[in-house]
Amino acid sequence: MNSPRFQVGSATRLSRGAWAAGAALLVALVLAPWWAEDSDLRSIAEFAYLVAIAQMWNLLAGYGGLISVGQHAFIGIGGYVLLILSLNAGISPFLCVPIAGVVSALVAIPVAGVVFRLRGPYFAIGTWAVADIFRLILDDIPAIGGGSGKSLTSALMAIPGWEREATTYWIALGLGFGLTLGVYLLLRSRLGLALTAIRDGVPASESLGVMVGRVKLLVFVASAGGLGLAGALIYLTKLRISPDSAFSVDWTVLMIFIVVIGGIGTIEGPIVGTAVFFLMRGLLADYGPWYLVVLGSVAILVMFKARGGLWGWVASRFDLHLFPTRRRIRIEGPQPITATTPAAQSPAAER
Amino acid sequence: MSFFDLVDPILQGLLLGGLYALFAIGLSLTFGIMRMVNIAHGDIIILAAYVTLVVVNQFGIYPLAAAAVVIPVLAGFGYLMQRVLLNPVLGDDILPPLLVTFGLSVIIQNLLLVVFSADSMGVHAGAIQTASISLGGGLAVGWLPLVIFIVAVLVITSLELLFAHTKLGRAFRATSDDQTMAQLMGINNRHLYAVATALAFGVTAIAGVFLAVRTTFVPTLGPSKLLVAFEVVIIGGMGSLWGTLAGAMLVGVAQAIGFRYDSGSGILAGHLVFLAVLLLRPQGLIARTRDL
Amino acid sequence: MSLCSVRRLSAFYGDFQVLFDVDLEIEEGRTVAIIGANGAGKTTLLRSVTGVLTPAADSIHFAGRPIAGLPAHTIVAQGIAMTPEGRRLFPSLSVEENLMMGAYAGRRGPWTLKRVYGLFPVLSERRRMPAVVLSGGEQQMVAIGRALMSNPRLLLCDEISLGLAPVVIKSIYEAFPAIEAEGTTLVIVEQDIGRALAMADTVTCLQEGRVTLVGQPKQFSRADITAAYFGT
Repeated sequence: MNSPRFQVGSATRLSRGAWAAGAALLVALVLAPWWAEDSDLRSIAEFAYLVAIAQMWNLLAGYGGLISVGQHAFIGIGGYVLLILSLNAGISPFLCVPIAGVVSALVAIPVAGVVFRLRGPYFAIGTWAVADIFRLILDDIPAIGGGSGKSLTSALMAIPGWEREATTYWIALGLGFGLTLGVYLLLRSRLGLALTAIRDGVPASESLGVMVGRVKLLVFVASAGGLGLAGALIYLTKLRISPDSAFSVDWTVLMIFIVVIGGIGTIEGPIVGTAVFFLMRGLLADYGPWYLVVLGSVAILVMFKARGGLWGWVASRFDLHLFPTRRRIRIEGPQPITATTPAAQSPAAER
Repeated sequence: MSFFDLVDPILQGLLLGGLYALFAIGLSLTFGIMRMVNIAHGDIIILAAYVTLVVVNQFGIYPLAAAAVVIPVLAGFGYLMQRVLLNPVLGDDILPPLLVTFGLSVIIQNLLLVVFSADSMGVHAGAIQTASISLGGGLAVGWLPLVIFIVAVLVITSLELLFAHTKLGRAFRATSDDQTMAQLMGINNRHLYAVATALAFGVTAIAGVFLAVRTTFVPTLGPSKLLVAFEVVIIGGMGSLWGTLAGAMLVGVAQAIGFRYDSGSGILAGHLVFLAVLLLRPQGLIARTRDL
Repeated sequence: MSLCSVRRLSAFYGDFQVLFDVDLEIEEGRTVAIIGANGAGKTTLLRSVTGVLTPAADSIHFAGRPIAGLPAHTIVAQGIAMTPEGRRLFPSLSVEENLMMGAYAGRRGPWTLKRVYGLFPVLSERRRMPAVVLSGGEQQMVAIGRALMSNPRLLLCDEISLGLAPVVIKSIYEAFPAIEAEGTTLVIVEQDIGRALAMADTVTCLQEGRVTLVGQPKQFSRADITAAYFGT
């Protein structure tokens, strides 16, 4: 009897099409400094870095199951690494970005040592307390501006205008695409499988040899590193940094709302969420705090009606996956598998 | 350093602990009974402060007496919020309640901004705000901090009595132990959880009234209060209300000592005590068996 | 007179079907024993009756009224109580407080704290202790007492003898005549077949979610029961 031949893989027809479209888009965006206005470049850069930070929060919460309300700590660290190294040590600001990523990742290790003692909602707030600690410490250091902050323009003065704008833009673009791609590759790796297993059940995965603590630490550190990169880039664009801004929970508010509304636990979610955020901000620009009221209400609505967010709803309805991470079985060969025969009759009836 | 320099911050810090305990009790209650942390908790304190402002301005009554209105209003709000917004999302997954309360926090802050603007507000309560009892040696104890501390002790005592000796208290403890078995006793979980939240908001409202009288406030003050309340609960130990008071006093003293240098150092000192406890004695000062 | 009837009850945990068209008839005053191996669906059946699981509409009637779909906390007020598998006493509560919790629904009847202590005198000595420090047998008494405090018309006992020494089981079973005398109908779910059959007026056997045998114990031979139990 022939058993059907099958193949295991994750690409879908749509995902392959999406990759082609994505590549074309990327080329167009990379060439943007030559065809777009400065203000457009800044908007695209902002879109890109919001996607980047959202992906990092999503990695931690949606895939790692660690919900943190204090990840903005690492954005702040990234921003201050930029400040300290470029102003005080004279290192090229652009080079500071990857350094900031590394520093953030390293700082995340002792931070994890502290906050991993807390679970669930207490972990969430504990990370927030840590972020506040960083803010207060930096408030007190006059050499880097203290509470009123410091301007970064002097570090960038030496670089000619177009080059500055373009390089900053390319870094932002690189972060947006790169961190999205990075998360995707991570999830398709063995680490990704471990994450999915942990998400489904900790004891079961431990019994299969998954080192849950190590995996969570890795994800926490990776998320922190990504946020450090983003933080440096963000303050490169803003040109002025202060502890209250860099360590502001507003960053986490953005990350959370973008991810939740876009679709938590999916890679497409942060992209969709950022688009929704831009739309809402544009529409509600004249209404001040109302746009946050609306954002908050939509996030609550998502928890009630569609936990998977906008993309989650679309994906389940139409079975669309641009970044497929699940593995599917494709049957090849002449015989399709038919439905199994009904379960055996009860013993009493057989008598 | 003089006797005064040594003793004064400790004295003031201990009394400040009364206010911080009132901040923290509501958080401790909802986690103890429902395993839920309300991220909007700090914003509820601020909301209560604004409601106090409105009541005092509208009816011209003495601020501390306004509590008679503020407490039931906030308790009612808590009951509704639990039944409508939180009960439906409570379950094994911790994300939905966290996100809903996070959303609520942002909504409350921004609605307050819309209604009241970002200007600093305060409520005047007359003499009690500045009156003090002199203890000699330059030391003085403010009437208001003393009253707050006494109220905190009364609230904790009442709650302990409630839990130990009343039908409702037993129902809370049973539901916290085993939700399903509690239902089989005839307890309507949905209603009980809402009563718990109403109780928590009621206590938190007291904290809000005192805050309104003690300091100035702005709509975005909530998160810093949440952090204080949270740290107090962790330091004091989960599941113990007297522990919460002890933790609050410890944070209060740390902050008072830090405030001698500048206001930032005060808050930082509190954070550092929290870190130390987390690293050295994660179960808190007075541990009861409840996992974090 | 029919006290409780279960008709064509199917139960699922997600996609996994646990009960297949189960029928069960409980007459007032006639003790029913439900036997079956682990995983046969006995506990699922009890959970469906008490409302912990929501059964399909119309599948369960109690005292003539449909109760399927009612929330669990209202079903105890109707007069159904359960001692669950594993006792599940409230750890934060003392022995006496656990018993008092049983009376939460406020049903009137003969069972009071005093009567329960009369039935299980050892509990009176331990009334202030945390319920969970008692021995297994004593905890089982607390669980039964707690259920009795709701003055139930129907008492469901899930695996009372689990983990207990035979002499302890015997002393617990000695309390049942007094319970029946006060007008409570008993349903005993047991893996200890001998004891269950000795007590029961009717026996039902479940095997992999289906009823494989129902009738009076004296109708069946050892072989019949074994076959129904194991499905051979």
